[in-house]
Amino acid sequence: MSKFITNIHPPSGFSLGLKELWQYRELFYFFTWRDIKVKYKQTYLGIIWALLQPLGMMLIFTFLFSKTWPINTGTIQYPVFVLSGLILWNLFNSAVSHAGESMIQNANIINKIYFPRLIIPGSSVLVALFDFLMGFIIFVILCFFYQQNIHFSAIWFFPAGIIVTIIAAFGAGSFLAALNVKYRDFRYTIPFMLQVLFFGSQIIYPLQSIQQSWLKYVLAINPVNTALEFFRAPLSAAKVDAAVVGIGLTSTFLLLLAGIYFFRKTEAYFADLA
Amino acid sequence: MKPAIEIRNLGKEYKLAASQPYVALRDILSNGAKNLFKTKKEKEKFWALQDINLDILPGERVGIIGRNGAGKSTLLKIISRITPPTTGSAIIRGRVGSLLEVGTGFHPELTGRENIYLNGSILGLKKAEINKQLDAIIDFSGVEKFIDTPLKHYSSGMQLRLAFSVAAHLEPEILLIDEVLAVGDAEFQKKCIGKMEEVSKSHGRTIVFVSHNLDSLRKFCSTTLLLDNGRIVEQGNTEKIISLYVSKHLDTNAEVFWEKGTSSYNNEIILHKAWLHDETKIIRSRFDTTENLGISMEYEVLKEDISFTHGINIFNQEQVNIFNSHDVVTGNKEMRKRKGRYTATAWIPGNLLTEGVFSISVAIFLPNPVHVMIHEQNILSAEIFTDFSKLSARGNYAGDFPGVIRPLLKWELAKKD
Repeated sequence: MSKFITNIHPPSGFSLGLKELWQYRELFYFFTWRDIKVKYKQTYLGIIWALLQPLGMMLIFTFLFSKTWPINTGTIQYPVFVLSGLILWNLFNSAVSHAGESMIQNANIINKIYFPRLIIPGSSVLVALFDFLMGFIIFVILCFFYQQNIHFSAIWFFPAGIIVTIIAAFGAGSFLAALNVKYRDFRYTIPFMLQVLFFGSQIIYPLQSIQQSWLKYVLAINPVNTALEFFRAPLSAAKVDAAVVGIGLTSTFLLLLAGIYFFRKTEAYFADLA
Repeated sequence: MKPAIEIRNLGKEYKLAASQPYVALRDILSNGAKNLFKTKKEKEKFWALQDINLDILPGERVGIIGRNGAGKSTLLKIISRITPPTTGSAIIRGRVGSLLEVGTGFHPELTGRENIYLNGSILGLKKAEINKQLDAIIDFSGVEKFIDTPLKHYSSGMQLRLAFSVAAHLEPEILLIDEVLAVGDAEFQKKCIGKMEEVSKSHGRTIVFVSHNLDSLRKFCSTTLLLDNGRIVEQGNTEKIISLYVSKHLDTNAEVFWEKGTSSYNNEIILHKAWLHDETKIIRSRFDTTENLGISMEYEVLKEDISFTHGINIFNQEQVNIFNSHDVVTGNKEMRKRKGRYTATAWIPGNLLTEGVFSISVAIFLPNPVHVMIHEQNILSAEIFTDFSKLSARGNYAGDFPGVIRPLLKWELAKKD
């Protein structure tokens, strides 16, 4: 007799389903592999574009803010500051928007076969991470080019920033993915919300330059600010703002919980809806 | 021995959505404003499945039949965990592989080889298992030449063969199959069924098979259950259930008698009997597409020297009148008939009707001016099928074949040089 036993019953209760996700880890890998492969097969320019886009944006912002309205970014030179913000933002932006669309894009598979549905937004986030790593190489080159000081004792803040971004993007992405299955026109609001969030993140300006402390703490709820606080720590001698990071980590954690909870609560009916 | 599949009081309720299952946020918002002043209306609901109790033992091969909307696919989707039940429970003992379609997740930009890995892992194969089976899958598919070409350059037939090859190499303990075998070319289909049969017999694999195709059910399943309106009507020996299904739902009917005769519109002629038969006069209701189908009626003329003719109407399941025909030889006024019993027979040639169930009306009437004496509507029905033993318009193609009729045309090929 087989040791695989499946119990099927009406949905009730809540579990993270981590054990099952682990069982299906290979599918996780294959979905990610598929998306990366397809993306770079379709356009060789895709890679170059993924690199050129943040570089171009960096040049525009550098031109605007270093000559016309100088912004004080401490010991970090402005181009390095802005590019670090842009690549991390792109990671968040593309992870959230792709994860948000992912359930609808894979509706044909969801309707035909069972697997833990969280794999789908999860692999969208991993695809975005792959793009990010390409951008990170450019970023490192730029650091050398501007002879940016890097504090190696704080180097582990780089991965910390990336991990915060990924966790926040996964939380928000799964929440939006579930919402998108139910309310199809919700997707049109996602780009707008991300645009608002862009200006609410310390990408082109440092959070420290904000005079009103209440506004700073409101903006700290945005996990991207905490991620950038971490990500830029190896670049500047300044310490991370503990208050900002504390607020940000809490909201990141809550976002992840809310996203997974809502997703798991609704996933049973995805096949009926999609 | 504990059953491989144990289903208790399973039910599935769907909310009937007016047009689409999902909702537009703008509707919620605009309706919300409207509904502020209205009491909430109950959404219409219906039970797609109700009170399903079923035990399937390990190694059993069970078929599921029923009309469209009987709940067959819903049941399969619940057992495959694609959708949850509303009530009841099920216990599945064993690794489940579900084939609700072949080639799930195939991506046109990826090569054949890459798609084997993707599809295989979606179907639940481990990477190591795919590695082990890869050569066998490629070999079985017969597309080894193109295995490193993107799938978008494949013909649809080649894509299907590749998809089937992956499916045929699944080795779960419990295999759930929905209708998928009804596509692709017949030759290759046979090969796949053969392979699946071989594996299932030698490994004692449990199979649940949903199909409209009565012949593959006969070949594949020892027991079958009949679903209707979301409930199990009957289960048992496949042959028995199929004949129940056919008589209940397909209503094939090879023979009708009227003990005292029927004389719907007149007192000149009474109809005693109408029946379907083949060329050897054997009465039956199932015919291969290539066979000639005889429709006969036996009637009695009560009055001397009257003139009339015989006719038939053929309707398909969508109630489309495929054609009408009447006897233009005996059907003129000059040809008067004497008292007595007659048998009239019309022959529908082979290679004319498509597969499906057809209902047949018979009539006795006078065409000019129209005077109907007897018109018995939809009293006979025949099931037409293809068994590929003779050359039909299908050739060896077993997939979806649209069209109201299916003649075997004469094709000519000339080479210009």
